[in-house]
Amino acid sequence: MAENVVMLFQWLVFLGIALVCIFASIMVISNKNPVHCALWMVLTFLATAGLYVMLHSQFIAIVQVIVYAGAIMMLILFVVMLLDLEVELRSRLKFLYSKAIGGFFAVLLMLGIFYAVITRVLKGNVGSFTPEKVSAMGNVKAVGKVLFTDYLFPFEVASILLVVGIVGAVIMSKRREARKE
Amino acid sequence: MLYGYFAILVYILIALGFAGFVILASHVVGQRKSTATKLSPYECGMPTIGPTLRRLPIRYYIIAMLFLVFDIEIVFIYPWAVIYRSFKGFGFFILGEMLVFVGILIIAYIYVWRKGALEWE
Amino acid sequence: MGITVPQINFSIIAPELIISAFALVVLLLGVFFPRTGKNDYLGYVSLVGIVVAFLYTFPIMGKSQYAFNNMIVADGFGVFFKVIFLIIAFLTVLISIGYARRVDIDFGEYYALIMFATLGMMLMAAGTSLITIFLGLETMSIAIYVLAGLMRGDRKSIESALKYFLLGAFATGFLLYGMALIYGSTGTIILEEIAAYIKSKPELLRSPMIIMGIALLTIGFGFKVATVPFHMWTPDVYEGAPTSITAFMATGVKAAGFAGFIRVFFSALGAFQPDWIAIMWLLAVATMTVGNVVAIAQTNIKRMLAYSSIAHAGYILVAFVAGNELGTASILFYLLVYAFMNIGAFTVVILLGKRGEENVLISDYAGIGFKYPLLGASMTIFMLSMAGIPPLGGFMGKFYIFSAAVKAEYYWLAVIGVLNSAISVYYYLRVTVFMYFREPEREITGLTFSPASVVAVIISVWGVLYMGIFPSDILALAQRSITGLL
Repeated sequence: MAENVVMLFQWLVFLGIALVCIFASIMVISNKNPVHCALWMVLTFLATAGLYVMLHSQFIAIVQVIVYAGAIMMLILFVVMLLDLEVELRSRLKFLYSKAIGGFFAVLLMLGIFYAVITRVLKGNVGSFTPEKVSAMGNVKAVGKVLFTDYLFPFEVASILLVVGIVGAVIMSKRREARKE
Repeated sequence: MLYGYFAILVYILIALGFAGFVILASHVVGQRKSTATKLSPYECGMPTIGPTLRRLPIRYYIIAMLFLVFDIEIVFIYPWAVIYRSFKGFGFFILGEMLVFVGILIIAYIYVWRKGALEWE
Repeated sequence: MGITVPQINFSIIAPELIISAFALVVLLLGVFFPRTGKNDYLGYVSLVGIVVAFLYTFPIMGKSQYAFNNMIVADGFGVFFKVIFLIIAFLTVLISIGYARRVDIDFGEYYALIMFATLGMMLMAAGTSLITIFLGLETMSIAIYVLAGLMRGDRKSIESALKYFLLGAFATGFLLYGMALIYGSTGTIILEEIAAYIKSKPELLRSPMIIMGIALLTIGFGFKVATVPFHMWTPDVYEGAPTSITAFMATGVKAAGFAGFIRVFFSALGAFQPDWIAIMWLLAVATMTVGNVVAIAQTNIKRMLAYSSIAHAGYILVAFVAGNELGTASILFYLLVYAFMNIGAFTVVILLGKRGEENVLISDYAGIGFKYPLLGASMTIFMLSMAGIPPLGGFMGKFYIFSAAVKAEYYWLAVIGVLNSAISVYYYLRVTVFMYFREPEREITGLTFSPASVVAVIISVWGVLYMGIFPSDILALAQRSITGLL
């Protein structure tokens, strides 16, 4: 009985978070004012973090909040402010056939993925880190343990990827000295 | 398994409820006398001249981007710090791992520095 | 819980290590010793790095050794592709040495990003887990987005970078989603373990989740190699990007895309071959036909070469559909010869331009054949090779591809391929006709040939001729390289 109540409660919480997530993401793409879009996006990220918590991935949830809702949102807002918002706000959202076709394919893709996920034939192979084990040893520890042994190589490659990102950002936005010919 | 989060959920609900209650209460109880001055965006200070949605210079973008990259670096260091002690006997291994990672990013940092991207020109 | 340190084997990733080290050094040299307008020395440093990395591919040739908990492997397939990428990077840096200065992009970052992109390509070819392949793809892609937009004063270059970045990020999303679905249904990201798991659970063959994952992966990789209908970005991006980078994209990114494509589809999802073959068949036919037919109407040589690169992706897909040993080996052979002829052609495009006057219209080529006989002859060789005229490398590549299709009993595919090849002769020969049989409308004068680019043309001509006249050595090498993959 008590088990059932807990299950029901969890399900309700999940439903709430999921609905917030879906609503916020629809607002992101349907809003005209880019700043409002960005703020709705923060809500999407926070709700996603909630979903991660429900999946017992607290570390990922925190990273989601710090990196996405924090740093990436700040970046997006700065980029929005780089634009000429006046022009943006004066323009109307136009109906375009390309948008309708794009929307059609997006819905088709969503249905496809939905179908694929609900009709999966088998559960995937279960690794050595089950949810029970992860909660016993601590989420961050579990991540660390795998990240610094099994995934050592991708971890180091990630640093190179970050370097490329830095170089790209600097070279594309830094003022260049005029050539003296 | 998520019992621990029940308290947090209650906390969030109370926080939201309190915030909503206060706003609602001031809306209901408080009195409003709106004048043209009160409705202007800045009640005190100078009236704005020209459009308020100014375009920011690009240098904000560079700073934000660099912050983001080093933020991600911190995210990687956090589990490393937590796990460090359990690598008994492999201390040099795990230290070396992080030294390589941070070393590569320090090179990027030196690059950014020398390039003058940190200057507010 | 015990800690198991992964086996660390630096010799397996030696080429990657060297390329990264040199890229970082060039990056620092560029900011510590900037010699505005005289940055060619950075190009030479990069060349040294690429050559050293190339030398370090020899010790890992013919081995099949995993490292870092099955994240990366040194096998014939990976090493063959690494050699292709290093050759491409070498030629790209060579043609950049004069050109980058001409268009004011000869910073240290330029050469460093080329090497970072090469590193990403090598990881895509050698990676044996979805995450390594993904990281390689991202490293390559981000570097290329930036390289495409380096000419910030040029609107077309900016357009090129922005288009490529937005669409590329979108395509990467598809790829990642596909990987997630496959991981979700098999519980592993190591390619061989995925294959083993599917083999042990035959009911997975009907799993809609994996099929959906395969479809999304096809979109992601199909975008990177520019197959129809994921090719829309190609002409604009290729036209706007600096020409040296266009050459790099057309050869390197395509080869890397195919490397990842083949690696994932053959070593992890081989059991699903009956499912994806029909889609690939359609993609191959559409890609060849659209690429060749639209190329006919182009007046700008960079756009023409962009459509021709789409068509070439179609030919390679023919071999992909064939899926037999000869087919896969012919992909490797074709990508190598394609690298030579395409970079060669773009080098000629670069050599015919000068500061402020790039001369990229096909009509600008009128009379070039007599004014610069050697350049005209080289361009003719590249064009004929791309059209598939014997005895050049391009002919042998197509010959192997179509005979693989015939061997696998895809007769119609082979017929459509040959017909397409015949269409392509028209627009390739048109360039030659312009060079030799048209009166120039205006004089092109004052060209200065950068010696490095001339060397690149010579190497490319040699490559095309060698692979056309003595193809069996390279084909045998390619066939040896793919053992264990299928």
